[in-house]
Order: sequence, then C-alpha cells, then structure tokens
Amino acid sequence: MMSYSDILPQLFDTLKPFTKEGFRLKEKTELVAELGLDSLQVMQVLLKIEDQFDISIPLNNLPNIRTVQDLGQEIEKLLKG
Amino acid sequence: MSLFDKFLPIQKARNNLLKSGVNPFHVTVENILSPTEAIMNGRTTILVGTNNYLGLTFHPDCIKAGQEALAQEGTGTTGSRMANGSFLSHRELEKAIADFYGAPYAIVFSTGYQANLGVLSSLAGPGDTILMDGDSHASIYDGCRLGGAEIIRFKHNDVADLEKRLRRLGDRSHRTLIVVEGIYSMLGDRAPLAEIVEVKKKYGATLVVDEAHSLGVLGQHGRGLAEETGVEQDVDCIVGTFSKSLGSTGGFGISFHPEFEFIRYTSRPYIFTASPCPSVVATTKAAIRIIQDRPELRRRLWTNAHQLYDGLLQSGYSLGAEVGPIIAAMIPTKELALAMWQELLENGIYVNLMIPPATPNGECLLRCSVSAAHTEKQIKKIISAFSKLPDATQNHTHPSHVQPEAIIN
Repeated sequence: MMSYSDILPQLFDTLKPFTKEGFRLKEKTELVAELGLDSLQVMQVLLKIEDQFDISIPLNNLPNIRTVQDLGQEIEKLLKG
Repeated sequence: MSLFDKFLPIQKARNNLLKSGVNPFHVTVENILSPTEAIMNGRTTILVGTNNYLGLTFHPDCIKAGQEALAQEGTGTTGSRMANGSFLSHRELEKAIADFYGAPYAIVFSTGYQANLGVLSSLAGPGDTILMDGDSHASIYDGCRLGGAEIIRFKHNDVADLEKRLRRLGDRSHRTLIVVEGIYSMLGDRAPLAEIVEVKKKYGATLVVDEAHSLGVLGQHGRGLAEETGVEQDVDCIVGTFSKSLGSTGGFGISFHPEFEFIRYTSRPYIFTASPCPSVVATTKAAIRIIQDRPELRRRLWTNAHQLYDGLLQSGYSLGAEVGPIIAAMIPTKELALAMWQELLENGIYVNLMIPPATPNGECLLRCSVSAAHTEKQIKKIISAFSKLPDATQNHTHPSHVQPEAIIN
C-alpha cells in the first residue's frame, strides 16, 4: 500500500506542469491561492490525479483540500479504502 | 468586515455590466404577449430563451382549466400536503403523470428544483454514493448534497469514465445512485442512455434520469430520452419539471419501485413546503392531456429546431453537436458574447446569455430555446439577426457602442 511519503513525489510531478516556471512546490503550497488555478484547471488536475492513483475523490471532501499536503493525505486515505 | 462584504465583488461585476447598457441577468419582460413574443425595453421582442418548448403557456384549454380551478378551489393551499392534506386535484395530477409514463408511482413537488432535491436526497444518504454527470444542473448538485451521500462526478457523457468509477467503488456500487439528464440544458446534448443503462445493470447501481428538458420533446409519446432510447423499464426513477414543455410550474418523480411512495415521508422538500396551488395543478393536468392528444406540436418543434440550427450553422456559428430545441452558439469571449447578446436584444431578439461558471468547459454561449409556437417567419428573423452580428467565428470585433473593458470583470 502506498504511503504519504510515496505519494508526495508523484504528486509534485503531476502538479509541476500547472506551475509557473521557477515555482518550487512544497507540501504547504496552496493549490488555488498560490498556483492560481481556476476552477477548470482544478478539475483537470483532479481528473489526472484520480486516474494516476485509480481513485475517485468525492466532491464532499474538496473543501478540506487546500494544500499539496491535504491532497496527498486525501489520496492516502482513499487508497486505504 | 461584515457578512455583507462578500457581495462587494458581485456588486462590482454587476455595475460593470450596467455600464454596457443592460444587465443580461436581470431583464424585465414588460408585457408578455404570447409564448414567443413580449415587450422588452418598450420594443416587441421575439423570445428564443424561454424553454417553452411546446408553446402551451397561452393554450386556451390550460387557461380555462386554471381559471376554473381558481374559482372553485381558491388561490392557494396555504400549507404542505402532510399537514394540510392533499387536494383531490393533487392526487389527480399524480395519477395523470403516472399514467403518462405508464408507471405505478408518482409524486408531485412544488417546483422542478424541489423534485430533484426531494428525490435525490431521499434516495441516497449517508453511507451511499452518488455518481453524477459533471455537467448536471444545480438542482442535482444541491439534491445530492442535501442527502449527505458521498458525491463523485464523472466526465460529462463519458460512459468509460462512469464505468471506471463504478469499478473503483467495488461492493459499494450496489448502493450507488447514477444521475444523468435526458437533454443537458446548456449545449442541448443528450446522455448516452443505452450505454449508461448497460453499466448500471452490470454494477447493480440505481439510475435516475432528469427529463426536465426532454419531456414533451423526445420519444414517440413525448416521455423523454428513456422512451426514445427504449430503456424506460431499466431506469429506476425519472424526475422532471412542469415548467418547461408543460408551461406551468412544479416538478415530479415517477418510478416502478413500490418503495418510491415512501419518499413522501422522507423528503424534506416535499414535507416542508406549501403544495402546488390549484390553478397550477389544473393547468398542468390540461397540458399533460394536450401533449398526449397533439403529437403534431412535437413535430412542429423539431421542424423549427432544424430550421434554426441549419440557419445558424450556415451563418458560420459554432453550435452544440446535436440538433434539438436547445441550440447554443459558442462565442469566443464573454465580452463578445455580451455585446452580441445586447445587439440581438436591440434588434428584438431575446436569447439567453450564458457565461462561466454556469457553463461547461468555460464556454460563453448565446443559448436559444426553440418553441413549437415559433412561426417560420420568426425563425427567419432570428437567423437574420444572428447573421448580421459581427462574425464570431472569424473575428473578435466589438460593436462600436459597447466598451469591452467595461464589461464583466
């Protein structure tokens, strides 16, 4: 079973194309506020991540996902089932 | 900081809209003349944004039935059916809509919005899962939230994505509600219902189809996409509204499952609201009879839809992929869309301006909804007004009287 520490580097790789050049992603990076993603881009990112980890992220949980760390922890939780 | 500060960005956006002359989200119909004409800004205007698909709002049978009900049963019911009791006419309307679908169970709600809230929130609760099409109407989103189920979106009309997500649910797929629409309100495209039914059966899920825009429009008897696709028996529940092709207000759910009746006892949007008023019930019943007795209305609607679709296509507009009563012209930017919308209105044509976030894929749309009541001459006028606008597919020039920088945002 993949743990948070395995998930995080994969998450950084997936998010990288959505960042501006030179931007350094950290665990505490805020997905909307710092990356400047609009709602369409957020959807694209989520679809990519869902397929990458073969999960579905419920809409109910989205308000609690603000940072890369939140997203990584959500993925870990969903993978555990 | 006050609670009211959150409205400041909306106020700013609204004020910017007003600088362009008119607020497209707050228009006034000064005098409604017919299903297809009104006085707006002092000018006779052809209405192409009403969802009045069969043009029944002025039908003499509906008006007579409404007037008689007003005189005999009064103006309102002043309470909910659970507390005040059902009028006989509520029961008759439920029988009429159930008979129309050939289904044994029907529940009527006070609005179409409440029908989705009531049915969806009752069917899927905590511990259940909902798989909803990503382009679903706000009432579906809200109904799903109200029930407390886990909500997962699948890619619009993408059955492979739906199946993938059903597979990911494992055993939970048996306690999963799939929600789709017959015709989607923004671009007018239809759900691939035969394929959706197949995966629903494969994974033992439950399927609700919202036929709000397809009732009276699709199927040999006008029952919607499930009828047209030949899968009515495989759809667990249909929800719909009386406020579009039936020209009234209110909503309904129908089902072949006997348990459906118990939604009356669990659905807050059914229990805690005043029941539909008698005149509305009467006009709806009359309209249900008319759509059964007059299939030519549906044929007329489709003739008009083809005429407008072909005309706009020939004028160079990018349209939704499917011909139907909802015809949406895709415009490259919201500034241009607003300018075109305004010019259409000044030329006596009212369409719906649709911009993100209300639209799929960030599209800006001039959305037309065709009516059986439109005359050939009116459709020609609509096409002519569109064709005289700056060509949205070729350039991005703005009509001179509109200041692009003063528009939205």
